[in-house]
Amino acid sequence: MKELMLTNQAIARGAYEAGVRVLSAYPGTPSTEIAENFAKLDGVYAEWAPNEKVAVEVAIGASVAGARAMACMKHVGLNVAADPLFTVAYTGVGGGLVIVVADDPGMHSSQNEQDSRYYARSAHVPMLEPSDANEAKEFVKIAYELSEKFDTPVLIRETTRVAHSHGFVDLQDRAEVELKKYEKAPQKYVMMPANAIKRHVVVEERDNALSAYVNDMAINREELTDKNEVGIVCSGAVYQYVKEALPNANVFKIGTAYPLPMSALKAFSTKVKEVIVIEELEPYIEDAMKAAGIACHGKDLFSLQGEISVLKIMEKFGGASAPEAEKVPARPPVMCAGCPHRGVFYVLNKLKLTVNGDIGCYTLGAVPPLSAVDTCVCMGASVGMAHGFKKATDGASNNVAVIGDSTFLHSGVTGLINAVYNESGITLIILDNSTTGMTGHQQHPATGKNLMGAPAPVVLLDELCKACGVKDLQIVDAYDVKAVEKAVKAATASKEVSVIIAQRPCALLDKSSKPKMQVQNCRNCGVCMRLGCPAISVGENGVKIDASQCTGCEVCANVCPFGALSLVKEG
Amino acid sequence: MMNVLIAGVGGQGTLLASRVLGKYAMLCGKDCKLSEIHGMSQRGGSVVTHVRIGEKIHSPVIWEGGADVVIAFEALEAARTAHYLKPEGILLVNDEEILPMPCITGAAEYPKNVKERLSLRVKHTHFIKAQEAAVEAGSGKATNIVMLGALCKLFAFDKDVMKRAVEACVPAKFLQLNLAAFELGYERV
Ligand SMILES: Cc1ncc(C[n+]2csc(CCOP(=O)(O)OP(=O)(O)O)c2C)c(N)n1
Repeated sequence: MKELMLTNQAIARGAYEAGVRVLSAYPGTPSTEIAENFAKLDGVYAEWAPNEKVAVEVAIGASVAGARAMACMKHVGLNVAADPLFTVAYTGVGGGLVIVVADDPGMHSSQNEQDSRYYARSAHVPMLEPSDANEAKEFVKIAYELSEKFDTPVLIRETTRVAHSHGFVDLQDRAEVELKKYEKAPQKYVMMPANAIKRHVVVEERDNALSAYVNDMAINREELTDKNEVGIVCSGAVYQYVKEALPNANVFKIGTAYPLPMSALKAFSTKVKEVIVIEELEPYIEDAMKAAGIACHGKDLFSLQGEISVLKIMEKFGGASAPEAEKVPARPPVMCAGCPHRGVFYVLNKLKLTVNGDIGCYTLGAVPPLSAVDTCVCMGASVGMAHGFKKATDGASNNVAVIGDSTFLHSGVTGLINAVYNESGITLIILDNSTTGMTGHQQHPATGKNLMGAPAPVVLLDELCKACGVKDLQIVDAYDVKAVEKAVKAATASKEVSVIIAQRPCALLDKSSKPKMQVQNCRNCGVCMRLGCPAISVGENGVKIDASQCTGCEVCANVCPFGALSLVKEG
Repeated sequence: MMNVLIAGVGGQGTLLASRVLGKYAMLCGKDCKLSEIHGMSQRGGSVVTHVRIGEKIHSPVIWEGGADVVIAFEALEAARTAHYLKPEGILLVNDEEILPMPCITGAAEYPKNVKERLSLRVKHTHFIKAQEAAVEAGSGKATNIVMLGALCKLFAFDKDVMKRAVEACVPAKFLQLNLAAFELGYERV
């Protein structure tokens, strides 16, 4: 049977067909749909972990216990999970273990363009790189075979254009894979120096064996056409672009980004006029080929930045040039109408505070007109950075940290423990919208539901903060702008570490129809326009409300100095 | 081979439209790839989805100068993506203007003569009041299906197959509404 599937769904399907029993993941574009789709399949266990490090550790545990297991994350998630990754490379696996990582060249939804292939190389973990949905499903199965044959975790790398494209996928049945019997083997699974020294020898032997093995794998293949033509070396999405732009070129398609099939690449290089490596991001393949003595072009032709495209390849080979685009105003993403984050940023901007921001929908508090956020580095960084600001200025800095609920549980809580322990007196605002908004509304440990859709115990954010030693804690309604302002003033005045939990569910969660705002006797003072609400615009006689977007949150009414905005009374 | 670029504003239903076309390809026994971007851009930002239908498809992404048709759910988004069209390509535009935030705040100006400029740039430009038609059919949310009805007419797609594709992609309780929207798009282009 054939089905048109999103690649991430195909990866979930591949895991299912490979007999995977346990999947743990933390959401992150463009990887999120793998776990979401796996959770819908029969007879499997899937969960959201609070962060990627935990997800990988869960998968390692399941593997050592004898099950085939998977962990999934976006590229920056692998930084968080790098610690277990580098050591599970030494222990090897019980049941097959696959870690899926999704890179984001072009930064469609990310804060950097890091290239995960270097993780595979430096951790000595094989990495497969599919180029479309059907291949992705097949590569997952190959990954489990490799994992068990060579006693190693295996990485699968996808990029946004692979992860978020659909293609036809051939469906097969689920393989019945027995749970292997766990046997105590401390020399393999207890990585203290005496054991790890011996395992490092095993890692090197395995690497050598794999480096030879990959040359004969069918997923590394040449497609030869004409000896007098150039030979293109590529992988992943770029392979599909090359086939489109240069249908007659000689191509070497790499399926194993690590180890690279170097003998096969060497043989290919002797069969073509010259070798050009086309790869997104870093010169990973190019550098390796040059180090192996294979002359080639690569980053002298294509940029390190952004995505490769069919057109960029055609341009280099003289086939086409880009038609000129119209110059039009940008349409950047905005906080939704009714977003509970809006009023908080309005207050922070009004009070002229320096805001150490974090990653989530609320990062949009950085854009005009709210323009409140000063810094954003990585998940959890708001809290540590706010502490650093205080320490650098002997407590004089006028700053607060702002973090989402999912991000707080991911890695903000450790920063809070540090701030209490090392006594910086920071103010932390937790924007508790009861969901992981940015990535499309996933559950997390404080929402009361799990990935399988069942009710779950709730981690209470206020109790958690108190347990960390926070004594100054306030809970406010995020829509009540005056209460938020009062709370922020009190918290920043205190010398102790203070936490404000601003609560209101994400406006997109409740789809029921609600009363809208109306405008009467507007004096055009422009205060509500500073909210950057997409439902409010300037009309001829004052502001006007777009009823199709308005959720009646009343934040605009709460900031209007003249009482011109009010809820339409029902009936 | 047919390359369809669908451009709109986050929340307008471009993803559903591309999935209906994917289903259509499947029912016709053709190869098909779709490409979409999730995440950040969906929060009211510009969104573009790509649909490619043919005997054998490699790239899921259409390139500038490679689209047979651009379906734009909003006029500014049509202007933003018109250069994706082939020289003889067709531009199908929902005749509606949605202000982006920089225009709401006054940091930028919504171009005054977008429609004229589009018609000058692209010979085969069609405007359709799709949002209005969708409201007539029962819900503004069906704008995407009105656009598909119009596309079906312009490209002489198999109407019955296309309706089956719509049926396969929308929830049963909204089927009648969507089929009505489809017919209005088909009639009014
Ligand atoms: C290490 C890492 N993992 C995942 C992501 C993807 N990501 C960006 S923001 C976010 C969570 C947002 O949820 P929350 O903090 O609750 O804020 P909201 O978007 O709901 O306002 C995630 C998972 C990331 N940027 N970095």
